[in-house]
Amino acid sequence: MKSIIAEHLVKTYRNGEVRALDDLSLDVEEGTVLSVLGPNGAGKTSTVRILATLLKPDSGNATVAGIDVAKHPDKVRELIGLSGQYAAVDETLTGWDNLVMFGRLYHLGKAASVKRAEQLLERFSLTDSARRPIKTYSGGMRRRLDLAASLIVQPKVLFLDEPTTGLDPRGRQEMWGVIQELVKGGVTLLLTTQYLEEADQLADEIAVIDHGKVIARGTSDALKKQVGGERLEITVENSDITHTQEIVARISGTALHTDVRTISAPVSTGSVALMEALRALDEAKIHPLDISLKRPSLDDVFLSLTGHVAEDEVAADSVKKKRGGKK
Amino acid sequence: MKFAFRDVMTITKRQLLQLARIPEVLVFSTIQPVMFVLLFRFVFGGSIQTGQPGGYVQLLMPGIFVQTVAFTLAATAVGLAEDMKKGLIDRFRSLPISRGAVVIGRTFGDALLNILVLTVMAAAGYAVGWRPTSGGLSIFLAFLFLFMFGYALSWIGIYVGLAVKEARTVQSVGFLVTFPLTFLSNAFAPTTGMPKALQYFAEWNPVSTMVAACRQLFGLKNEFGATATSWPSQHPLETSLLYMVVLMVVFIPLSIRKYKNTSN
Repeated sequence: MKSIIAEHLVKTYRNGEVRALDDLSLDVEEGTVLSVLGPNGAGKTSTVRILATLLKPDSGNATVAGIDVAKHPDKVRELIGLSGQYAAVDETLTGWDNLVMFGRLYHLGKAASVKRAEQLLERFSLTDSARRPIKTYSGGMRRRLDLAASLIVQPKVLFLDEPTTGLDPRGRQEMWGVIQELVKGGVTLLLTTQYLEEADQLADEIAVIDHGKVIARGTSDALKKQVGGERLEITVENSDITHTQEIVARISGTALHTDVRTISAPVSTGSVALMEALRALDEAKIHPLDISLKRPSLDDVFLSLTGHVAEDEVAADSVKKKRGGKK
Repeated sequence: MKFAFRDVMTITKRQLLQLARIPEVLVFSTIQPVMFVLLFRFVFGGSIQTGQPGGYVQLLMPGIFVQTVAFTLAATAVGLAEDMKKGLIDRFRSLPISRGAVVIGRTFGDALLNILVLTVMAAAGYAVGWRPTSGGLSIFLAFLFLFMFGYALSWIGIYVGLAVKEARTVQSVGFLVTFPLTFLSNAFAPTTGMPKALQYFAEWNPVSTMVAACRQLFGLKNEFGATATSWPSQHPLETSLLYMVVLMVVFIPLSIRKYKNTSN
C-alpha cells in the first residue's frame, strides 16, 4: 500500500512568476523511506508543506495514509509528524516544557503528556538537559528535540525537511543514527535533503528533483547504474604511468582517463577486474599508491541528470531571496 | 471542537511559562510604563498648570494607562511574527488543534500580561500622588475599559503580525501606528493648542475617548478635551465602547481568517 501519493502537484508563487512545483508526482510505499533530493529552491520544502497540510497546491492531488490532504487536513494532521528545516520549538522554554506542551496540543492528558515527554527525552539522550531552555542547546540537540516533538503520538507518516542542514559532522552522524532507529520502527518516512550522502545512507528510494519536477527516481544503486558502471582507479608513481596505462587498457578494453598520476577506466567485471589489475601490477613490479573500484557518487548522478552540481547553495540562496523569502 | 478551549489554554500557558523562564521580559515590559509615569510626572508635572485638584498627575495617569495598553498592538504583532519566523507557527499548524487556538491563545496571554502591567503602573502612580476620587466600582470599570481596549488592539496586532511577518518591521509598524495615535490625543496635553485639523483628529481618536472615559471614571472632569461640545467629547464612555466593539467585530474574524490562509 502507498502511504504517500502526490499527483501532478503544481505550486506557483508571485502570481505564477515562480514555478516552485511543476507537475510533481511521487509516492512512498508504506514503511519505507523516500528521500527527495535536490538543491535549494528545487521544490523540496513546497512538496513537504503540501503533504503536511501547510500549503495548498494550485492544482494536483495528494493523499497521506489514504486521506486527501486538501479535503481532510484535520484527519491527516492526526497521523503525521513534521520536523522542519529549523528547530520549530519554543526556544525560551525548556525541552521538558516544549514536549509537555506539544503533548497537550496532541490532546494527551496532563499525566500522559509528562510521561511521553520523559520517554522521548530519554530516548533522544536529552534527559540531562530537559530543564534547560532550548536556546542553550547545541544545534544537534535542538534538532533531536524537534524530532522528538514530531513523535509525540507515534505518527504513521513522518516528514523530515532537511533534518541535518546546518549541523556539524558529529551532529549529522547522531541524527542519522536516530533516524535509522526510527525507520526500524516501521514508520513511513519522506525525507528531503541536499546531501547526496544522506540520501544514500537513509533512503530505500531516492527521487531527484530539480525545478519542481522529479527528474529521476529509483534506488541509490539503480541511479548510480543509470549514470554508468564502476571505474577502476589506480594511482602510481610518475615513472610507472606508461606501463600501468598499458595494463589498464588491456583489462578495461576502453578509453583511459589520466589525471596527473591517477589512471581510471570503466570496467564491467567489478572485483574481477580489480584482482586482475593487482596481479598484473605485481608481476610488473609496480607498487600502486592507491587502487580502488569506484562506483559513481550521487554527485555524479546529479551532474549527469541536471547538468549542474547539486551543491550550488550560494547561487540558489540568492535566487530564493529574490523570490521573496519563500521557503 | 471539544478540545478547542483546552488548546487555547495550552497556548496561553506557554506564554506565561515564557515569562517565568525569562523574567527579564516581565521586568522590562513594566519598567517602560513606570518610567513614563515618573518622567511625565516630574518633568512636565511642575510646569503644566491645571485647575485639577491634586495636580497634573491626576490627568496624566489615565493617559499613560491608555498609552501602555495601546502598545499591546505592537507586542502581540511582534510575538506572533517571531513565532512565524522560527517556524513554530508551522509546527502548530501541522497539529490537530483548532485553527483559531494559536491566535486566540496569544491574545489571552498578552491580555494577562496587561493586567499585571496595569497593576504595577497603578502602584507607581499611587506612589507619586495619583488618587482617583470616584468609587470602587467606577475605578474597576475604568480598568475593565483599559483591559478591553488592549484586548481589542491585540487583535489588530494579530493581523499586522500575520501581514508583515518580519519581526523587526512589525515592531516599526507597530510604533508607527501607536505613537501618533497616543500623542495626537488629549493624553498628555490639551488638544486646544493643536492646529484645527489635528484637533479634529484628536477629538475622534479612540485614544482620546479612552483617556476621557478613564478620567471620567476616575472622578475627573475632562479638562483636555478638544471641543467640549463634540459628540465623542460629550460621550467618551459610549464612543470608546463603540470603538472596542467595532474593532473586535471586524478584526477577530478577519485575523482568524488571515491566520488560516497565511503560510510563510
